[in-house]
Amino acid sequence: MTAAIVSHGLSRRFGDLLAVDNLDLEVPAGQIFGFLGPNGCGKSTTIRMLCGLLTPSQGSADVLGCSVPAQVEKLRSKIGYMTQRFSLYEDLTVAENLRFLAQVYSLPARSRRSIVKKQMQRFALDDRSVQLAGTMSGGQRQRLALAAATLHEPELLFLDEPTSAVDPESRRQFWDYLFEMIDHGVTVLVSTHFMDEAERCHQLAILDDGKLVAQGEPQLLMAQLGASVVEVEAAQPREVRSRLLEIESVWYVAQLGSRLHALVDPAVDDPLKALDTYIGDASMRRVAASLEDVFVMATGSH
Amino acid sequence: MSRIAAVAVKEFIHLQRDQISKAMIIGIPLIMTLLFGYAINHDVRHLRAGVADDAGTSTSRLLLQQAQATGVIDIVHQADGPEELQRLLAGGEIVVGIYVPQDLETRMQQPSEPLAQLLVDGSDPVVLSAARGLMQMPPPDSDPGSQADRTRIFELLALYNPERRSPVFIVPGLCGVILALTMVLFTAVALVRERERGNLELLITTPVTGMELMLGKIAPYVVIGYFQATLIIALGVFLFDVPVLGSFVDFYVGVGLFVISILTLGLVISTLATNQFQAFQMTFMSFLPQMLLSGFMFPFEGMPKPAQWLSELFPLTHFLRVVRGIILRDADLGMLWPQLWPLGLFFVFMLLVAAWRFEKRLD
Repeated sequence: MTAAIVSHGLSRRFGDLLAVDNLDLEVPAGQIFGFLGPNGCGKSTTIRMLCGLLTPSQGSADVLGCSVPAQVEKLRSKIGYMTQRFSLYEDLTVAENLRFLAQVYSLPARSRRSIVKKQMQRFALDDRSVQLAGTMSGGQRQRLALAAATLHEPELLFLDEPTSAVDPESRRQFWDYLFEMIDHGVTVLVSTHFMDEAERCHQLAILDDGKLVAQGEPQLLMAQLGASVVEVEAAQPREVRSRLLEIESVWYVAQLGSRLHALVDPAVDDPLKALDTYIGDASMRRVAASLEDVFVMATGSH
Repeated sequence: MSRIAAVAVKEFIHLQRDQISKAMIIGIPLIMTLLFGYAINHDVRHLRAGVADDAGTSTSRLLLQQAQATGVIDIVHQADGPEELQRLLAGGEIVVGIYVPQDLETRMQQPSEPLAQLLVDGSDPVVLSAARGLMQMPPPDSDPGSQADRTRIFELLALYNPERRSPVFIVPGLCGVILALTMVLFTAVALVRERERGNLELLITTPVTGMELMLGKIAPYVVIGYFQATLIIALGVFLFDVPVLGSFVDFYVGVGLFVISILTLGLVISTLATNQFQAFQMTFMSFLPQMLLSGFMFPFEGMPKPAQWLSELFPLTHFLRVVRGIILRDADLGMLWPQLWPLGLFFVFMLLVAAWRFEKRLD
């Protein structure tokens, strides 16, 4: 399996702030690679460095065999980039936006029209071709942005929090598009702060404070979580939570509605027994780790 | 009361964070006072002059020395004859020409005859009235008795705009001033707007190069510039009877050169400004000195040398000479070459600066 992106010690400093700290990445080709992390963890900065928009303060990155940012111009036609903020022209129509980009990417003049038309059909925009991009809904804009980013059939697609402004239905549809692209051999690097999206990625890198804190397949990360997870169902979850946090072997307790997820030191043989006296009349059971648990462990909130 | 104070304090903080506004607090009064102080000077002297001395006698040399000594003119050209004087005047290299005819000595004997001809570019009323100062010059003879009854030394010939109507002089210049404002405004906000709206982040990940982007950005405004120039001249011709003496082809070549050079100024501003308001501020700051020092409002001849040197840097200064030359004095592009190459140079230089300033990076 070849790597689409390899980086060594990639760092970026903004004044005193170290936004990305010594990042070693290997993104396999033909997969969806996810960046998971809270806002300000360095996801966008990393993507911008890999696209050649920001110069790394330190370290190197190799994208599709080109070193960035030195050889970035060679790379331009091979990558697609969907920015976090909608970046197409709001006062241009859907078709005008796509035609403009088709020309900027020097697509052959003869097939330009048919490519734009095909792209509008593919992303269910054909009935909106004359609508101004600025008047569209979040989901429609996002489809247009994806259509624009994939117009020139890039080998590698960067998506910076593509679904943060759209409803769940649009998100599901969006991910169908991504899987369809993987079938065509495209590599996708997507950043998100949604757990359900992160779980859909082939590979996941969890970033916290500019550092890579965990990397691997989501299922593997969950299976290999270095903690036992106990789910507690309580009538007064907040009360129970504060009591559980007093136990030394309990690293972290997350509240999910009326339920609590407690991460317990795996050295404890029987975590249920260890918690028993603290939970009062609440019920509890051992559960498999969720990605949220992985995230909590990795970002060191315990 | 405390709410007013809260708003006022917040406003001060805004102001303090905004470097350009801060600079304007000192810059505007400073620049305006200096510019107006220097530019408004109706004591116009040292007009660029050419002489053609067909007599070549000691009297003619004395006459010219006296004219120079008045300080009204600076003799910068020695012409071969009246035709060359006319050509220099049309090209704008001189604004005053003195022609001393061969029969000067004969004329000296006849008190009613003027001794020489004073050719003045009458398209600028200020220049014309300044040149009239020469008419009071004493005659070139040490013996005052024989000349006492001489009525005039010079025969004044005001060329171009003989009726001295101000619209004739103003309209061609206005064409330059309007273009200098609108063209710069259009392009100054062009890149900034894309940055503000987030379009730039997408655009710079595409294969488009900085130079392609710059040239593509100015192309539509060249067409608009031509439209505006045509509109202004058409209004001048039909409403104010401005005569267009030169050729329209020459006029449009000049307009094209000026428009592309002034558009690149807007592009450079656009690469410097971080938001549209800043772009407006910078456009305004670049426009003021151009309008005051280019010779549009106040005659070039009345300004001190440093102000004149400064204004040679402005495209508007050169374009005013080109457009006035073509429209008012039937000059052709060959005569105006000294004004055309600076425009071309300005265009190339500013385009390179803009393309260099515009990096396809966000950092």
